[in-house]
Amino acid sequence: MKLGRMIQSKPKNTKGTLKRLIVELKPFYALLLLVTILSFSSCFLSLLGPYFCGEAINEVERGFGMVRMENVSKWAFLMLFSYLVSEVVLMAVNILMVFISKKMAFILRNKCFEKLHRLPVSVFDTAMSGDILSRISYDVDVVSTSIQTDISQILSSVITVLGSFFMMLKISLPLSAVTMVTIPLTVVYTIWIKGITRPLYSIRSAKYGEMNGFVEEMFSGEKTIQAYGYEEKVSREFGEVNKAASDAYFNADSRGVTIGPVMGMINNLSLALNGTLGSVLYMVGRATLGQVSSFILYSRKFAGPINEVANIMNEIFSALSAAERIFSFLDQKEEAPDKEGALSITEGKGKVNVENVSFSYDGKREILHDVSLSLEKGKIIAIVGPTGAGKTTIINLLMRFYDPQKGMILYDDRDEMDYGRRDLRSQYAMVLQDTWLFCGTVEENIAYGVEKATREEVIEAAKKARIHNFIMTLPKGYDTVVSEDGGNISKGQKQLLTIARAFLSSSPVLILDEATSNVDTSTEREVQRAMNDLLSGRTAIVIAHRLSTIENADEILVVDEGEIKERGTHSHLMEKKGVYWKLYQSQFQ
Amino acid sequence: MRFILSYMKKLGPFIALTVLIKFTATFLELLIPYVLEFIIDEIAPRKSLPLVLAWGLVMVLLALVVRFFNRKANQRAVKSARECIYSLRQDLFEKTISLSSSEVDRITLPSLISRLTSDSYNLQSFMQSSQTIGVRAPILLLGGFIVTFSMDKGLATILMILAPLMILLVTMISRKGIPLYSLVQSRLDNVVRVMRENISGIRVVKALGKEEKEKERFQKENLKMEKSEVKAGTIMAIPTSLVKLLMNTGLVFIVIIGAYRVNVGTMKPGVILAFLSYFQMILMGVLTLNRFFLMMSKANASADRIRHTMEAPDTLKKVEEKEGEAAEKGYLVFDHVSFAYGEGGEVLKDISFSLKRGETLGIIGGTGSGKSTVVNLMMRFYDPTEGRIYLDGKDIRSYDLPLLRSHYGVVFQNDFIFHDTILSNIRIGRDIPVDRVRKAAGDALASSFIERYEDGYEHMAAIHGASFSGGQKQRILISRALSGDSPVIILDDSSSALDYRTDSKVRGNILSSHSDSAVVLVAQRVSSIMNSDQIIYLKDGSIQGHGKHSELMENCREYREIYETQMGEGLQ
Repeated sequence: MKLGRMIQSKPKNTKGTLKRLIVELKPFYALLLLVTILSFSSCFLSLLGPYFCGEAINEVERGFGMVRMENVSKWAFLMLFSYLVSEVVLMAVNILMVFISKKMAFILRNKCFEKLHRLPVSVFDTAMSGDILSRISYDVDVVSTSIQTDISQILSSVITVLGSFFMMLKISLPLSAVTMVTIPLTVVYTIWIKGITRPLYSIRSAKYGEMNGFVEEMFSGEKTIQAYGYEEKVSREFGEVNKAASDAYFNADSRGVTIGPVMGMINNLSLALNGTLGSVLYMVGRATLGQVSSFILYSRKFAGPINEVANIMNEIFSALSAAERIFSFLDQKEEAPDKEGALSITEGKGKVNVENVSFSYDGKREILHDVSLSLEKGKIIAIVGPTGAGKTTIINLLMRFYDPQKGMILYDDRDEMDYGRRDLRSQYAMVLQDTWLFCGTVEENIAYGVEKATREEVIEAAKKARIHNFIMTLPKGYDTVVSEDGGNISKGQKQLLTIARAFLSSSPVLILDEATSNVDTSTEREVQRAMNDLLSGRTAIVIAHRLSTIENADEILVVDEGEIKERGTHSHLMEKKGVYWKLYQSQFQ
Repeated sequence: MRFILSYMKKLGPFIALTVLIKFTATFLELLIPYVLEFIIDEIAPRKSLPLVLAWGLVMVLLALVVRFFNRKANQRAVKSARECIYSLRQDLFEKTISLSSSEVDRITLPSLISRLTSDSYNLQSFMQSSQTIGVRAPILLLGGFIVTFSMDKGLATILMILAPLMILLVTMISRKGIPLYSLVQSRLDNVVRVMRENISGIRVVKALGKEEKEKERFQKENLKMEKSEVKAGTIMAIPTSLVKLLMNTGLVFIVIIGAYRVNVGTMKPGVILAFLSYFQMILMGVLTLNRFFLMMSKANASADRIRHTMEAPDTLKKVEEKEGEAAEKGYLVFDHVSFAYGEGGEVLKDISFSLKRGETLGIIGGTGSGKSTVVNLMMRFYDPTEGRIYLDGKDIRSYDLPLLRSHYGVVFQNDFIFHDTILSNIRIGRDIPVDRVRKAAGDALASSFIERYEDGYEHMAAIHGASFSGGQKQRILISRALSGDSPVIILDDSSSALDYRTDSKVRGNILSSHSDSAVVLVAQRVSSIMNSDQIIYLKDGSIQGHGKHSELMENCREYREIYETQMGEGLQ
């Protein structure tokens, strides 16, 4: 992925993306119009500069004792004025563009974020998160930088080129002939050299990407490498990667660095030709010195944007392909909207029926096959089975993160599809295997989901979850800020915080994905007890990894390979001496 | 800076010639406007067409020669930068990969990676440009001054005042603006953080219906970022405009003063024309020099970081063994070992045990109790602050590191799968025959899923082993540890993703296939270690209980409690 985005690819649909981008800029149309007007006036003024300069020099040309200083001053003052105003206006344009482009970035980032919540959860299960984050940070930045610099650049280039050309023609037709040599030379050379260097730079990016990947991988595995005496071999492998990267750099850049000298040469040639031809015309009295000088100034102005065209085009193309990636994200298929007239739930009873449900994530491999279960108020169902058996998938379906392909799920005797998603989900409180805390205070983390909870209620829940004492040992108690990955808290304590969150919730059904493999032994007991307390008197579905905790469940389902292999109470299943019994015994071997 | 030069020194003569060529090119380029002035002021008045054409030709020739030299110099600069950076990166990689763990902890992994990548790119582009624009910009400036001075001292004074002023202003504003970019960066980090939190916690957010609140939270961070971006962008938009403004003002003064001097007869009109060209050149010089200085300060910071790694001390020196110190008690012996990471508090306190070949040691304890540190010490990733560790009767510090480590087959906690074939991942650089690899994979119960791949052991693992499930990863890692038939096998929390049945089968296989090895098992689950010959229960870095399962059940209350929670209370 990292590799892919470093290569500046051409957008697939240039026109469409450009159109879309222009539409997205709609809030700024008025400002952009202002920018256009300002750019035009700035360019116009700066084009007048050489003209005034030429007039002043014409005055100087009269020579020793003949110069009318008041005239020179007049032209020089006009020259100063035009340059000054033009530069100040240009600065204003630049600052306006900074504002527009950054605001645009703000809007795009917001749109991406809002999109996030409308996407089906499946998107995040297919390892896209890194990609989404790079769109938010990298691609948006590329687009906004391009808007900031390229729009005004294009505007001023067009005016400068046309304006200087017009002025050059006006000053001297014969002198303008020189541009007939230099322009085609520049254009042909630019097209030619870009054709050569662009693929070379793509290779360079790719090789750099490979080297970054290699280094990251090897350094991450450094201990393992040292433990197995792998250093020398890895260094030798790095030698190859390093050489490939260095060679790619050499191939691309030794070509790239020739562009500057050639552009310089074309400029110098144009100076030489202008100078010579100008002198000749001056000699035969067809041009004044002032004309020659302003011509030279104009031809330099003229050459500037033309030299830049290639660079700007490159930037625009990479911005367009970045924009295309953003748009393709914004266009991703969203979660199907709730049914029209979706029911809302005021007081749920917590009755769940799963009827003959089959499900597959990819449409090929069935994860669940013909699964049925029913949960009555106040009952506890436990699901056990090896990893990958489909336990978590059942939860995904209940909460409508996914919809089953076959069968039906009923909540309070109505198809779950009939409810609004948000209402339906509010019926479940979850304690998941992957504890999730966000960067905020302990209190905010516990009260997440129950906005109106008072401090007392939060403390009450924390006490029930047996985490209150720990929280009190933190530097700021309930106001301590938890970092994103919960660095200052152990896994077990994180689990307890999410249990506290569930205590606070009044949802009728509790979903417990019991994750004990990651909880360390010192908090394990606490977590276990807290979970048992949480369960008492609730309607719940428990995914269990450790069988000892679910002996009291009203029904135990043994899932393997997407099917329910056995079901019944603990004692019933133990008597049966089947899969459950085997699983149970293996704990003690 | 000296560090960069030390690498460039190896190519000294080559680089010297490059600089000379660049110098010549720039010097010749400076001549072009001079010739133009000469034509207009001296030749044109003579009304001699052939002379004008001849001098015109000189200008054309100069333009061609300048291009030739510039091209040559630029390409040579790239070539030398390539050579320097290649060998620098190679040295840096070899140093980093054998860095002692305490140094890795100190520098941190992301920093080590960026030193080898982005820092090396910074140096590379600096090495290249120091030979090109680093030569060109000062000469354009200096040469511009000299030539203009020789043409007209009065006019040149304007330049002398303006140029330093411009350099000062530009650097001052840039100094102010650049730190703003790090502010932007940290604001971006916040934006990305909220985004990442929402991605990883999407189920919770949706389950609790918190979409609106999250949106608000994001907008707040996003707005902060936008504000700082606008500020940085605005400030950085100023310098270029300012330089052009000053330059154009200078131009106006040149015209006025020039006109005056022509009028009094102390100057020729063509000089003004030449001045206009030199002015452009000097402007270019100032802007490029500013860019070059920015590049230089960046390169300097990069060079410092790289030098830091290169000069990192070797903290694990070999120690000659003193006679008669050998402990004969066991194969692997910890003798009153204590340890602290860096300046931190002690994480291990007075640890002693002795393990014979053929014996199994189980270590259990909570997070942060020091279990993995024991493993780190026995492999000598760190040296104990107190006490000794012996392997096969000799202090482990008296071994060459590679030899010492070749005694171990190890799986670390969260160990690493390389982006390579399964076979290479198991062998990991050692010459292990395929049938032994198969045997190890068989013992680790990995062969069943490996052989299900069409390409079997040649199957490529994705980066960080992302294509495997947790249990598959652990089984490959265990195969790696077993395949070397090492005298010591260490498994640090390496079966947490395996179900009980698989876990116990693998353990059984290890004991029967490696009956002559000392086995160290670190685990969170009692069931994984309860059959070991010795069990150590660690708490806060100290041994709270040491003995067989039955002994600990009797003597160690905490161990018994863990057992009861994990195994169910009614089962004794």
